[in-house]
Amino acid sequence: MKKQIANWGNYPVIESNEKYFAFEEELQKLLSGNESFIPRGNGRCYGDASLAKNTISTLKFDKILSFNKSDGIFECQSGITLDQILEVIIPAGWFLPVTPGTQFITAGGAVASDVHGKNHHIDGSFSKHLLELDLILNTGGTITCSYEINPDLFEATCGGMGLTGLISRIKFRLKKIETSFICQKQIKAVNLEELIGLFSEYRHYTYSVAWIDCLKKGPHFGRGILMLGEHAVFSDLNEKQKKEPLQLSGKRQINLPFSLPSWLLNAFTVKAFNFLFYAKNYKKEINSVIGYAPFFYPLDAILHWNRGYGKKGFVQYQFVLPLEAKKGLIEILQRISDKGLGSFLAVLKVFGKQESIISFPKEGYTLALDFPVKDGLLEFLDELDQVVLRYGGRIYMSKDARMKPEILWHGYPDLKKFKDIIRKYNPGGKIRSVQSDRLLLTTN
Amino acid sequence: MATVLILGATSDIGVAIAKRFASEKFDLLLAARKPELLKPLESDIYIRYGASCSLLAFDALDFKSHTGFFNTLQPKPDVSICVFGILGEEDEAFDDWDLTKRMIDTNYTGAVSILNVIAKYYIAQKRGTIIGISSVAGDRGRASKLIYASAKAAFTTYLAGLRNKCFEYQVHVMTVQPGFVYTKMTENQELPKAITSTPGQVANIIYNAYLKKKNIIYIKWFWRYIMLIIQCIPEFQFKKMKL
Repeated sequence: MKKQIANWGNYPVIESNEKYFAFEEELQKLLSGNESFIPRGNGRCYGDASLAKNTISTLKFDKILSFNKSDGIFECQSGITLDQILEVIIPAGWFLPVTPGTQFITAGGAVASDVHGKNHHIDGSFSKHLLELDLILNTGGTITCSYEINPDLFEATCGGMGLTGLISRIKFRLKKIETSFICQKQIKAVNLEELIGLFSEYRHYTYSVAWIDCLKKGPHFGRGILMLGEHAVFSDLNEKQKKEPLQLSGKRQINLPFSLPSWLLNAFTVKAFNFLFYAKNYKKEINSVIGYAPFFYPLDAILHWNRGYGKKGFVQYQFVLPLEAKKGLIEILQRISDKGLGSFLAVLKVFGKQESIISFPKEGYTLALDFPVKDGLLEFLDELDQVVLRYGGRIYMSKDARMKPEILWHGYPDLKKFKDIIRKYNPGGKIRSVQSDRLLLTTN
Repeated sequence: MATVLILGATSDIGVAIAKRFASEKFDLLLAARKPELLKPLESDIYIRYGASCSLLAFDALDFKSHTGFFNTLQPKPDVSICVFGILGEEDEAFDDWDLTKRMIDTNYTGAVSILNVIAKYYIAQKRGTIIGISSVAGDRGRASKLIYASAKAAFTTYLAGLRNKCFEYQVHVMTVQPGFVYTKMTENQELPKAITSTPGQVANIIYNAYLKKKNIIYIKWFWRYIMLIIQCIPEFQFKKMKL
């Protein structure tokens, strides 16, 4: 049935014929037609990566196939969401090896975007923990891949936006935990210089990320709060926490039931928010032991927080710049501040090394920003793209809804190889999205 | 440990009911035409809830096999839930007797055939619960659901009679009347969001109603009133309407 669909940014919205399957047999039937399609999970990428005129949803294909509680190896179908996985693994003393900022993505999406988390500099991206994948190719055949078996397919599937085939089965290694709590340390930095220094000083911490005030000018330019974390051990917990050291957290959610008017977010309200967010940490350093959900998934506490950006939606802009390009980071923040285009969520993180052909992370600074869609935004982002390119950076496809193909092609030096692998396993480009067509990945 | 039998376990509502009962520590007997499809569900349910499943081949249309099917069940279920059914293309069915008959047989005859066997056993044991998933469509006949609605009406009437028959033997029969539900069956229809349920919601309501030994439940509750209004439209008016 045709319906209007959009991903998390609510931009763009397109008409799509969405089909579901619960069993592989049903999927085979769907693939027997000639229509092109893109696999789709929970629609938590931001832009148009999983949009197409035909989509095949994996959400009913969500079964857990095996879970070895002694060695932490987990195997599932691709449509299961991370929150469901956590419900099963946490009570057994295991955690996701890598998790993005929301638990409402599917395992298939985690592979297709090769998601990263606050521990990228230590543990790498999600793909690093994969043992094996099954894909259903556009012809209907099933193929297994891993670092050893069909490595070209594996490499192009991790971060490959679903373009190689429909990811059906995923086997990966979990991380052992003693408790589900996190020892969190928050440190205030008066400006960008200090913040970057802190990242380096605390690089041995497993988890690190910073919130940054991108509207502040002058000596406090780029002020922010660095948030660090380690999995808590039993002795870190208080008496109440000790009663249930492996408890699930973050079950309480509030809902934003309708879209807020888009004028609500302006330079003034963002400044006020930033002021409060910064000022709430009245001490230079705060240490606490908190549940994993408020640490990893603070925004999941508000269902449909994306409606806060109004009906027109928003664009998330995430780029990475090499470590030596600190000047580029300053230039981009400067431009945003000059434009008065404040973003509620400006998140800075330092990536560790990563070699891959299509995954987004590479060593350097990554900054993620939200901008409500309005006149002039797309032109402004095109300008930022040029700065990113000039400093040798690139843009994250899972967040993207608007970049021009040359920006992608310059940012990812192995793109030709990626395109050749897509051609090999997805002949005729039967699997394609609005994004892959826009970025010339599935066109000739 | 209690055991529940789900007839039609590959359907979306069947899967959701299986998970809901498994989460309450029921062991499951999952019956479907192609039980091999349920292997992933079996591992899923064991890992999530620690409940064990038996996967059983069952064909609603193979009436003669039903007694044998039930006799081989070990252990016998405490609760039996009849979920299977087909919607079918009504225009096609009007021209094609085989399809019409298959719709009647799946939604009505097959259900009666297996539930007679189960009820007989429960009556002899003087315990057991039968839950039948019918449909609000059966509450009033109409052109767009000609065969489906009439078969479901018959099934609803059968369940009411069975409830009456079983009462004195402490056997409980519950009729479930779902309205719109997002499932494979309705994937190609545009459903009004406000009055459409998810399979998970349906399973939850059924489980709670089972605990309370309800007789007839509508999912969701307002469907009872929607159908009441539809039933109140006088026939001379109703026959002119397109619903």
